[in-house]
Amino acid sequence: MIFKYLFYLLIFPGFLFASIFGMIVGWVDRKVSARVQFRVGPPFFQNFLDVFKLWGKEVILVKNSPYFIFIAAPIIAFASVLITSTLVGTAGFLHLGIGGDLIFIIYLMVIYSVALILGASSTGNIYSSIGAGREMKLLLADELAFILVILVPIIKSGYKINLIDILNFQHANGMIIGSASGIIAFIVGIICLQAKMAMQPFDIPEAETEIVGGPLMEYSGPLLAFWQLAHFMMYVFLPLLLVILFWGGISFSSVGSIIAGILKYLLIVVLMILMKNTNPRLRTDTAIGFFWKIASPLALVAVILAILGV
Amino acid sequence: MALYNKILKKSIWVFHASASPCNNCDIEILDLLTPGYDIERFGMKLVGSVRHADVLLVTGIVSHKVAPRIKQLYEQAAKPIFVVGIGSCTTGGTTFKQSYNRAGAPLDKIIPVNAYVPGCPPKPEAMIDGIVKLLGTLK
Repeated sequence: MIFKYLFYLLIFPGFLFASIFGMIVGWVDRKVSARVQFRVGPPFFQNFLDVFKLWGKEVILVKNSPYFIFIAAPIIAFASVLITSTLVGTAGFLHLGIGGDLIFIIYLMVIYSVALILGASSTGNIYSSIGAGREMKLLLADELAFILVILVPIIKSGYKINLIDILNFQHANGMIIGSASGIIAFIVGIICLQAKMAMQPFDIPEAETEIVGGPLMEYSGPLLAFWQLAHFMMYVFLPLLLVILFWGGISFSSVGSIIAGILKYLLIVVLMILMKNTNPRLRTDTAIGFFWKIASPLALVAVILAILGV
Repeated sequence: MALYNKILKKSIWVFHASASPCNNCDIEILDLLTPGYDIERFGMKLVGSVRHADVLLVTGIVSHKVAPRIKQLYEQAAKPIFVVGIGSCTTGGTTFKQSYNRAGAPLDKIIPVNAYVPGCPPKPEAMIDGIVKLLGTLK
């Protein structure tokens, strides 16, 4: 029994699968970005080599900083992302789940951001501190819209706070994206994913050209590898979560449905990458204004439409 | 260790430190990222923090004000790190040879240097060649 859960956590939808698949999707991101800029792009195994290389580098601790938080933050963030990807993966691939796992997923995703803020501010580096502050502002901005987006499938499926029940509802009654409230919530959801992943229009926390890498600035070696792996795993489960919530998940009944499921996932990923490559970075106040004045009210409209049954 | 070096060769993250240059070499370094040369196809990436870096590129005459900072950068980097001096300024002889404000002439008076790429400025092809030759010494 316990081995089954360990298998879920460490091998199939969990650590091994999510990190390998995430690194491949990370390669797709770099390759598509390179092609958009008329470059060749990195070779296929680049992300694997990068992470492996980081394991052999030195870890440097910052003098006069709380070492415990500095070392614990990437491990906590990695663990929370690992559990989230296991939950989403078991629901998406194996049709298994625990009661109320959506609430659990929302909390675990906040833990990732909180760990990033703690780890960044523990170093005392000025750029890290600016990055931590911006991460906090972005979290305040996108969290409300994201929760409202998740509320739409919950209401549509008859107030079931469970990925499996939402999937079963969609198999019986058609996909949630087909309704008016579903399509609005789905579009706002993709924008929220962009902010959760800190990708281009909302890469305010780790603005490379402005605050040179931001929160991860002082991290080196294996601790940086933990952050990288956590980021790659987010490539897997965040689009998959949207596919499950709105688009009927990935079913394994026939070859055609498997291909359709993978195409749904890849469509969201490529859409996010293209959005990343065609948009400049927003200012912090513009991004917060966008989420509070446009995205959240739009998601609220979707929730009201869902309650009315449209 | 042989396996690690083999992988390290294919995943080089570069940090670029300007030690009082005339900006000519820096522009040529940025050329490496453009579609014409695209060093990302070799797995090289320009990173913003020296903690992430595998190669430290130094450009310019190292003036007395910058010298301690370059030393500090080298000490802050996660080992193993390789230092490459870009441009004739770092090797010792160029336009600013006679300058009074020159601490690093050549650069390895301040920090250990693994390779020099001379030229004023060196062509991007020369820089790629220099890095490839440096990585060839890794066993």
